[in-house]
Amino acid sequence: MQDNEEHGGARSRELLTFTLGREEYGIDILKVQEIRGYDAVTTIANTPPFIKGVINLRGIIVPIVDMRIKFNLGNVEYNQFTVVIILNIAHRVVGIVVDGVSDVITLAPGQLKPTPEFSAGLDTEYILGLGTVDQRMIIVVDIEKLMTSRDMELVEMAAA
Amino acid sequence: MTIDMSQFYQVFFEETAEHLAQMESLLVGLDISAPNPDDLNAIFRAAHSIKGGSGTFGFKDMTEVTHILENLLDRLRKEEIPMREEMVDAFLQAGDILKAQLEAHQNGGEVDPAAITEVCERLKRLAGSEAALETPAQQEAAPQITSSQCFLISYTPDAETASNMERLESLYAELASLGQLDFTERDGAAKTMRLTTGAKESEIRDIFSFIANPDQFTITPAATEPAASDDDPGYGFFSVEDAVQQDTDPGYGFFSEPPSPAGSEEEDGFGFFAPIGEIRSQVEAQQGYGFFEELPAPARHEPLPVSAPPSPPADAPAKYGRRESDKAGTVTAPGAESSIRVSVEKVDQLINLVGELVITQAMLAQTVAALDPVLHENLVNGMAQLERNTRDMQESVMSIRMLPISFVFSRFPRVVRDLAGKLNKQVELKTLGESTELDKGLIEKLADPLTHLVRNSLDHGIESPEKREAQGKPAKGTITLRAEHQGGNIVIEVSDDGAGLNREKILAKAAEKGIPTSESMPDHEVWQLIFAPGFSTADVVTDVSGRGVGMDVVKRNIHEMGGRIEIESALGIGTRMTIRLPLTLAILDGMSIAAGNEIYILPLAFIVESLQPAEQEIKTVSGQGRLVQVRGEYLPLIALHELFSITPKVTRPEDGILVLLEAEGRKIALFVDELLGQHQVVIKSLESNYRKVPGISGATIMGDGKVALILDIGALVHMTN
Repeated sequence: MQDNEEHGGARSRELLTFTLGREEYGIDILKVQEIRGYDAVTTIANTPPFIKGVINLRGIIVPIVDMRIKFNLGNVEYNQFTVVIILNIAHRVVGIVVDGVSDVITLAPGQLKPTPEFSAGLDTEYILGLGTVDQRMIIVVDIEKLMTSRDMELVEMAAA
Repeated sequence: MTIDMSQFYQVFFEETAEHLAQMESLLVGLDISAPNPDDLNAIFRAAHSIKGGSGTFGFKDMTEVTHILENLLDRLRKEEIPMREEMVDAFLQAGDILKAQLEAHQNGGEVDPAAITEVCERLKRLAGSEAALETPAQQEAAPQITSSQCFLISYTPDAETASNMERLESLYAELASLGQLDFTERDGAAKTMRLTTGAKESEIRDIFSFIANPDQFTITPAATEPAASDDDPGYGFFSVEDAVQQDTDPGYGFFSEPPSPAGSEEEDGFGFFAPIGEIRSQVEAQQGYGFFEELPAPARHEPLPVSAPPSPPADAPAKYGRRESDKAGTVTAPGAESSIRVSVEKVDQLINLVGELVITQAMLAQTVAALDPVLHENLVNGMAQLERNTRDMQESVMSIRMLPISFVFSRFPRVVRDLAGKLNKQVELKTLGESTELDKGLIEKLADPLTHLVRNSLDHGIESPEKREAQGKPAKGTITLRAEHQGGNIVIEVSDDGAGLNREKILAKAAEKGIPTSESMPDHEVWQLIFAPGFSTADVVTDVSGRGVGMDVVKRNIHEMGGRIEIESALGIGTRMTIRLPLTLAILDGMSIAAGNEIYILPLAFIVESLQPAEQEIKTVSGQGRLVQVRGEYLPLIALHELFSITPKVTRPEDGILVLLEAEGRKIALFVDELLGQHQVVIKSLESNYRKVPGISGATIMGDGKVALILDIGALVHMTN
């Protein structure tokens, strides 16, 4: 697992992969605090639809973002298989709703291909690269950058 | 092994800040004409502790200043020099310098060396120039001394001094400054004189010691002159027969040690009182005044006093006894404050944990409530006990963060003193309810708004002494700070007996600023106008206030703390500002309400009442804005489900509940589906993981583990605008 191949200064990275519709995404596993089922949330009025609301995570109020709504992917339904990944980013705790968690994989730097410029729902600015594992394309996302971005409306932005 | 001193710096900084604050409050409270020796000692101790601490940590500059300060204080407490007003000023100035130095050490920076030198010079001057100043000061003090005594002094100057009339004259002048000096033999080689004075023997010795060797003079206490005996107890009580007749204030005669053992009091400032305490306890032990028998000589010669003066002695021990207990009070006080320093972080962590415990307990209670109480009797009983213990625990944990409001109030005597001096006004500051406790976080935030209000009262409220006298008021104005608990709130009042707010002036100014007003506005709405940004009715802008920045900031600060501020005022009589704050920032008394499937918490402090309206009480304006008529008042009706886009269970106000809320002097009626219950809720921040949401002040966790949002009433009132 921990092969410290020093190729071009980059290390191989461990990723947690999850599915949104038919796409597979990968995020840095060190940002993941835990994975849990989807519970009822307390909705917050006058927020964008992808912000589902807040939950009580052992006494901490955690906002929940539905990535499927944000990226317009998959059927947005909530059942016993709906999964929430609790992330720990920028000293905040945030939950994201995804269709399912598939795997933990290790990508060597060589396996990561640059993203071509094209227009998509997800700004390429947040994509670190595209990885290939067993014919599957994994979109590797800089989750910290994404979640703290202005798009997500999760963090109070200074008027700039 | 070297010890890293820096780890103790923080403790030193905190302690020194406390010492300085204590010094300042004692100084400001000091009665210049008759300083309480206990207070002087306490001030001295504080200065001494600072000196010791700063020396240990190598803060030389502070050590130097405190050293000079201490010297002067030491002479004061030993009553070597009299207290004067300008000394207090100098002490306060020195305190400021020390504070600046402390801050410089703490945060880096530099203290103006010129200022330090100036203070040091000032203190040195005060301590050093006493010889010149002592005479007039002492003469001033002399008439105040009611119980004086008489000394017979014989003095044989050496040849050199005897020939130097100038020196002798100055000696006589010094002695005369202590009291009445009569010569029995002035011209011979051995001079004898009689000095009637309130000063102690040691003071006379001090004067002599400048020019004479101890063997050249003798000082013996003597009977007072018969002429003075009326108000003079004299030591002669037991030895001189005619002095026995006097019956006022025999305190000295009974209780003081005869001062013949030379100068024993000199070392010990309290030596004067201690024997009294001893004798007093003796008196008590022996039941009554039996100690007269113990002194057989006077009793035999003069049996009369045994029966004659019982009441004055009874007074005297009582009087001094009180003094003793005063002293005991101040001595035990620091002991009672025995404490440990714990970082606020740890306390907050504890409070959070207890918050969790409360939530868990509520969850369990909800589950248990569904069970059959007969079958699960033990469990139900256990739950009841758990609930009680949790509540007690919550209270005691919250009390850790509670501090008496005197932490804020204590700064005001100084503020008022300085400002009154600057403005040439005479002001007395009264503080009431200083022991009222509130959350430490609130105390820190309260300091600025309160300072603002007090400065405002002083500058705009209290008139100049001439103006006050012309209006038949006492020249000295009064500013009162009062704190008290009212239910779950703390109420802090800043009131003055000054000019009061001028309705016309405020309305005119508001019109000028373009704030909508009307002549028929009720007073309390007019007063609220002064909280508008940039509002000032001061004719002249001073450096104290009048720029119109402030009142809006005050109001905003108070609102941020979840409180509100009200003004009452009467022209020519005074103004009273009342601040209402929740006791703590962490727990809130709330009412849970339902709108659709959502549960919200309304802070109880803002709820006026709730009611179910009749259909005919709901009115509309131009077919849109809905109003509800409550006891003759029309209030805007706001449906929570419309505001928050919720699908409601009820859509007609007459089927639901109206909750009347009051914030910022305005009332609204909030239409909700139903009231659920009243809770104490633990406030959780939404912002720590999410961000500020308009209309929501925070969140809490309900008994079933779900999150409920707490409504921000102030914002709701604004949103309806």
